[in-house]
Amino acid sequence: MTGRLPDAKRQHVPWQRLMDTQHIQMAHGGGGQLTAELIEEIILPALGGPQQAGLLADAAAVAVDGQRAAFTTDSYVVWPLEFPGGDIGKLAVCGTINDLAVCGARPVALSMGLIVQEGLEIALLKRVLASAGRAAAEAQVPIVTGDTKVVGRDALDGIVINTAGIGQLLPQAQLGFERVLSGDRIVLSGPLGEHGLAIMSQRESLSVSAELASDCAALHHVTAALLASLGDEVRFMRDLTRGGLATTVVDLARGAGRDIEIDEEAIPVNRSAWAAAELLGLDLLTVANEGKLVAVVSESSADEAVKIMAGHDVAAQAAVIGTVGSESASQLVEMITRIGGRRVVQMPYGEELPRIC
Amino acid sequence: MLTYRKKFGRDCEKVHELFARVIARRPRVQVMEICGTHTMAIARSGLRSLLPEGLKLISGPGCPVCVTDQSYLDQAVHAARRGGSVTIATYGDMVRVPGRLGSLAEARASGARVEVVYSADQAVELAKRQGDRQVVFLGVGFETTAPGTALAVRRAKQEGVKNFSVLMAHKLLLPVMRALLAAGDVEVDAFLCPGHVSVILGYAAFEEIARDHVRPCVVAGFDPPQVISGILEILRQLADDKPAATTVYPSVSAAGNAKALEAIEDVFVPVDVAWRAMGVVPDSGLALREELAEFDAQRRLGLPEMESYEMPGCRCGDVITGRCSPFDCSLFEAAKCTPRDPVGPCMVSTEGACAAAYKYERK
Repeated sequence: MTGRLPDAKRQHVPWQRLMDTQHIQMAHGGGGQLTAELIEEIILPALGGPQQAGLLADAAAVAVDGQRAAFTTDSYVVWPLEFPGGDIGKLAVCGTINDLAVCGARPVALSMGLIVQEGLEIALLKRVLASAGRAAAEAQVPIVTGDTKVVGRDALDGIVINTAGIGQLLPQAQLGFERVLSGDRIVLSGPLGEHGLAIMSQRESLSVSAELASDCAALHHVTAALLASLGDEVRFMRDLTRGGLATTVVDLARGAGRDIEIDEEAIPVNRSAWAAAELLGLDLLTVANEGKLVAVVSESSADEAVKIMAGHDVAAQAAVIGTVGSESASQLVEMITRIGGRRVVQMPYGEELPRIC
Repeated sequence: MLTYRKKFGRDCEKVHELFARVIARRPRVQVMEICGTHTMAIARSGLRSLLPEGLKLISGPGCPVCVTDQSYLDQAVHAARRGGSVTIATYGDMVRVPGRLGSLAEARASGARVEVVYSADQAVELAKRQGDRQVVFLGVGFETTAPGTALAVRRAKQEGVKNFSVLMAHKLLLPVMRALLAAGDVEVDAFLCPGHVSVILGYAAFEEIARDHVRPCVVAGFDPPQVISGILEILRQLADDKPAATTVYPSVSAAGNAKALEAIEDVFVPVDVAWRAMGVVPDSGLALREELAEFDAQRRLGLPEMESYEMPGCRCGDVITGRCSPFDCSLFEAAKCTPRDPVGPCMVSTEGACAAAYKYERK
């Protein structure tokens, strides 16, 4: 035992003191527990405190001249900038539309702020912007204002896009955790993990699956159709993003103060995504999506909700995947697995990393 | 047509029937899996909830990150932190394991270069791209990942990649199985052997252990139907009193993958190495052959030897040797060791027994 490090503590010290709490870590942005803590402990207190309920939910309801409007913003960073099934431009448009949509709003207009790295290929920028324009046109939600900044080579990689969106809250929308009741059904709009796994495969040149593409899509037509037909039978909606289905259902259980049971056999499967997740040792429930949503609806309207959703291409494989259980202090989410076993579903910690072998 | 779930249910019924025969002659049956992927598959599928009481699945030293001694991790963090244009290239699992100098993730947050790769070959690519930096690949894992490291070293040699090196911690499965049985205090009635490692080793490699220690050694793949087939085969062998080395995983041959084994032999030599909680096990690790010593990161960077220790209160050492379950650890029970703030590697690794139990079994 020679040449020990001078700064290596010889005595046993508690790990907590060694943990770096002074710097932001990648996991703070992973959409899991650390992200929640960052928001609750650092961001919310500084920006008005938790009494401003909903301040930092996916979208906030604001009153403009007596009209109920929804307002949201989101920044997009993704690498690579272009990936199978989409790119950062399409992502920035669809993501913000979806944040408005799941709050029960009809998206009206978007803003787009670009922060571009010095040296970025103009051809690439053109492609990304054309894609954003196309996505907005298809969704019939215009981008009406914007801003552009260029920063030095070391300030960021490629491009960061911020979009904000404003929408008109639909009168039928009565959504919220507090409206979720025991016996309500959980409907998922399609298979899990396509976005996260498409990105990961592309980023690491994994040859796991050539046909794997991001599910990046706007969902406002699906949410509008649900609300138009089912009104207040729709209790809650959330689009699945970072942290995947696991984060959404755990949030739902906590928000509603109830246990939740989901059935793995009922969850729609994309074979390619499933195989890629198996290969990488990832839990599909925790992998990111960009074009899927979960809707909680009353028991009696669950079949109708599935039928309505399945009428849209982006939700063709919609299915009832779970049930809201009774009120409980533990707010446990359990899943009956494909083999019929039971296991707990937890919010992922942060970035989920592929395994070694 | 039978659904997946019904079909599985039938296999479970068979397990219950066979187990009833086996249990008549012993108090319980403990099957040790020695593969982190099995550990995770078992927990994630909720398989334990379907097994008879008295049929225990326990985890052995099969998670590469978990068996790696703390001294190695400290060495890696030291290399990352000390500057001098070092880039650490590592499998993702290693990034968050805490040590006395913090974790690689924390080193990265305070400015060190730590990059996650999915293969040793990617680390060579990285070295070629980062010509002005020393790229140190963390060579961790069993016979599954060792051939990849061997090929990467060969490639670096052939292509004259001078800024690539490996911090070696590759380990061999059979010596540690023997060491575990020799310790004598761990009740293991059978081994559920890993699919990936066995593709390389071949199932015949377990014959000696099956014969000398009278324990079934059954290789199985990673999905739950494979695991349950493996358990069925183990119970059959126990019921018939005929322990043997066999496989239920079709991709595994008796002799294994000659090319991969040859690559290991060509580049590495077996050495005595320290395992977490098991101390030094003879000929259980791999070192670079002398003629390839230039690719040894420890030598190239002049890294200091580090001390072996356990994090305070952490029972990872007992967990990976089947001496306790994660639920027996007071840090786990009190939620003082969590995926959010892990104390030991079994909580960090996606293949660790504690992470599996915490994520999927802890209510």
